[in-house]
Amino acid sequence: MIKSKHLLGIKELTSEEIYHILDTAAGFRDVLHRDIKKVPPLRGKTVVSLFFEPSTRTKTSFALAAKRLSADFVNFSVSTSSVLKGETIKDTALTIQALGADFVVIRHPSAGVPHFLSNILDMSVINAGDGANEHPTQALLDLFTIQTHKKNFQGLTVAIIGDIAHSRVAKSNIYALTKLGAKVRLICPPTLMPAEIGKLGVDVFHSIDDGIKKADVIMTLRLQLERQSKGFLPSLEEYFKLYGLTSERLKLAKSDALVMHPGPMNRGVEIESAVADGPQSVILEQVTNGLAVRMAVLYLLAGVRK
Amino acid sequence: MSILITNGRVIDPEQNIDGYNDLLIKGRKIQGLYPKGKGPSADKIIDAAGCIVIPGLVDMHTHLREPGFEYKETIKTGTLAAVKGGFTTVCCMPNTKPVNDTISVTEFILEKSKKEGSCTVYPIGAITRGQKSEELVELEALLKAGCIAFSDDGHPVTNSLIMRRALEYSKIFNVPIISHCEDLKLSEGGVMNEGFVSTIVGLRGIPKAAEEVMVARDLSLCELTGGRLHIAHVSTEGSVKLIRDAKARGINVTAETCPHYFSLTDEAIISYDTNLKVNPPIRTASDVEAIKEGLKDGTIDVIATDHAPHHLDDKNKEFDSAAFGISGLETAFALGLQLVDQGLFDIRQLIIKMALTPSRIMGIGKGVLTVDSDADITIINTEKEYRVDSSTFLSKGKNSPFNKWELKGTVEKTISMGKVFEWN
Amino acid sequence: MSKEILDSDDINRAIRRMAHEIIEKNKGVSNLCLVGIQKGGVTLAERLASQIEAIEGGKIQVGKLDITLYRDDLNTKVEQPVVKRTEIPYAIDDKTVILVDDVLFTGRSIRAAMDALIDFGRPAYIQLAVLIDRGHRELPIRADYAGKNIPTSFNDRIEVTLKEDNNKDKVVLISDK
Repeated sequence: MIKSKHLLGIKELTSEEIYHILDTAAGFRDVLHRDIKKVPPLRGKTVVSLFFEPSTRTKTSFALAAKRLSADFVNFSVSTSSVLKGETIKDTALTIQALGADFVVIRHPSAGVPHFLSNILDMSVINAGDGANEHPTQALLDLFTIQTHKKNFQGLTVAIIGDIAHSRVAKSNIYALTKLGAKVRLICPPTLMPAEIGKLGVDVFHSIDDGIKKADVIMTLRLQLERQSKGFLPSLEEYFKLYGLTSERLKLAKSDALVMHPGPMNRGVEIESAVADGPQSVILEQVTNGLAVRMAVLYLLAGVRK
Repeated sequence: MSILITNGRVIDPEQNIDGYNDLLIKGRKIQGLYPKGKGPSADKIIDAAGCIVIPGLVDMHTHLREPGFEYKETIKTGTLAAVKGGFTTVCCMPNTKPVNDTISVTEFILEKSKKEGSCTVYPIGAITRGQKSEELVELEALLKAGCIAFSDDGHPVTNSLIMRRALEYSKIFNVPIISHCEDLKLSEGGVMNEGFVSTIVGLRGIPKAAEEVMVARDLSLCELTGGRLHIAHVSTEGSVKLIRDAKARGINVTAETCPHYFSLTDEAIISYDTNLKVNPPIRTASDVEAIKEGLKDGTIDVIATDHAPHHLDDKNKEFDSAAFGISGLETAFALGLQLVDQGLFDIRQLIIKMALTPSRIMGIGKGVLTVDSDADITIINTEKEYRVDSSTFLSKGKNSPFNKWELKGTVEKTISMGKVFEWN
Repeated sequence: MSKEILDSDDINRAIRRMAHEIIEKNKGVSNLCLVGIQKGGVTLAERLASQIEAIEGGKIQVGKLDITLYRDDLNTKVEQPVVKRTEIPYAIDDKTVILVDDVLFTGRSIRAAMDALIDFGRPAYIQLAVLIDRGHRELPIRADYAGKNIPTSFNDRIEVTLKEDNNKDKVVLISDK
């Protein structure tokens, strides 16, 4: 059972809670395959998104998830709001609460903002990405997708390639996968590897060929293009040469290895088009599953006794 | 007006005194020291039974915020916090608005202190105009106005040549140059120590090397110039080693650390409590051990507070944009006392590091109980336990990571220039 | 205090009688399908279907319906809900759907079940079959077929267990007194 009414990160969840969310998501995936894709459990509830970073897919996914559950969904537009006039995040969040929202789905460039707000607010806080900390619903949908194809996490080898240091997706996946017993390998240039990450029980590789050997799942991460100007990389071309996921390299993994990407993709930077569109890619399935997982999260958090 | 302090355990490292004595104050001066019960009668008797009677503490690293940031702290509230914490002298850093780089600012601070201050205030002048690392300030003028040392604290002197000139030029006056050691490129965007914990919480880290490369640079410059270098707020194991090595080679360097660098590790930041955000950042357990070792073997000469009060609004926000700093005056001695309890050194050593040595480095003749010296005395019950409640701080800055900590050692009375402040 | 109020024979007799009533009321089984409400109604629906098949011959379609998402007590229940599977692998449009549940109490579950069912299509008729009707309705809902009417007080509990669910057939009344 889910203990907290907030979803702050995978760090804070037990493996039982993770499995409970995945099981619930399976029920919602069925709903999404019906003609009538809407169910009524969150009637009268209001979900507000508060995104301090541009995002289309996560926000849309949460919006649809809320609407499929019959909740009202409102986007609190940061770019046109009082935030630009210097309002603090605390005041903004309290305003949203005063408007009667039951959930706030927040994305913020600073790590810890969802935690900060969860100490102030009565409504449920859902972390949709905080700085380089976590992006828990992305990891949950990744797990859900892996589970669909691989059934069991125990003994699975998952290789994550890319900008680990700045990636909350990687972080949430590392916590989630290790909690469920999968082996995690991280592949990236040393400049993009966070300090002392090995202590989390993962294996670190600087060579992609070594890292993806016999892997069951390969996750590529989006490379923020400004990493080059900040001096983490000499050039995007060199990054693709050293770390791009190509058809040739994919052969080193198991023949039924899944190829995943949280999107949006930079084709030709971290992943070759032939791989992104190839038979092993489950990238679009991830998007669909994201909806079911976010429905499960909203639904389960609504059921936590206040 | 005369005051006799009786029944207390008087400790004065300067005179090598540690015993039950009576201490007589007349006006603003210490008049005499007598065996217990042998002191003459006085206008006022202070019974210090069960307490230690020590020289008023000297903080060589305080931010009083005035002028310019009166909403964070004023000279009035900052010096009240000081006496509450047992300090009778504070040396205030120049990163005010305007920066203390001209005599008018120095004079303003001194006048204001005289009028509204509860303890003695010595201003520290900026090293460079506007703390911009470009041109030296007029050292002579500022010293004459009342500054006693120079520092660009809050900012490092990024230009190595200017730092060299400062260390050279200050030799005329034999005053310390206090260095805030930080390589701004290495620390850029960082808000906590870089390491496993920063990885876990996803906050940008400040590597230890950001401090250590500048410590190494300044030690080299100190060796080159023969100037007087004082390293502020040492936080890392590497810095301790560099300073230890420099001292062994005879380099004229002194160093300070702060209570938070020997009382806390970065693991606490898992809670995203912005009261833990400070620059340099709180480091790891091995650094804490090294800092303690450095205090013990004399590598680190001084425990200063780096008292950096902030308004609640500057802290009650996301970690990335919260202000750096800890309101430290009112917990410093009790935290230092923990080192005594841990057996690191005796209480005499603590008094040396919090009163006598900072006074000597600054050349101000404080931190002693000798006859005819200023009547700056602190009376502390070292056994009394209490729970820190930062909301009761006299400082405007309630930003303390030690809030709700159970500590031992309460300041019962502070006598500053003969004036008695008492609580409890 | 708990008391067994129906044993295996009682249950079988009740199911057999309901099967006959269903056939009679609908004049045969040509347009009929059964939907058991998770979780107590599912096994019962299967048993009812095989009883009808035994009498009439042919094959009766059986589905299972999870009503968790249609409940009105998400925030008031002490336990957190667990979403179970809904499997209705056939079209229900223009069919006569017999909803099957073990116990009819306040009627709220049936309200939720009808809402859920209608999201799957537009049945010609919805009828309700329950093994036990214990009274205390809070909504204008009644059973078309009831195995047994049991008077209870509001705070009593009724537990129906069936041998297909690794148990023995029985209905037990549990009261606090």
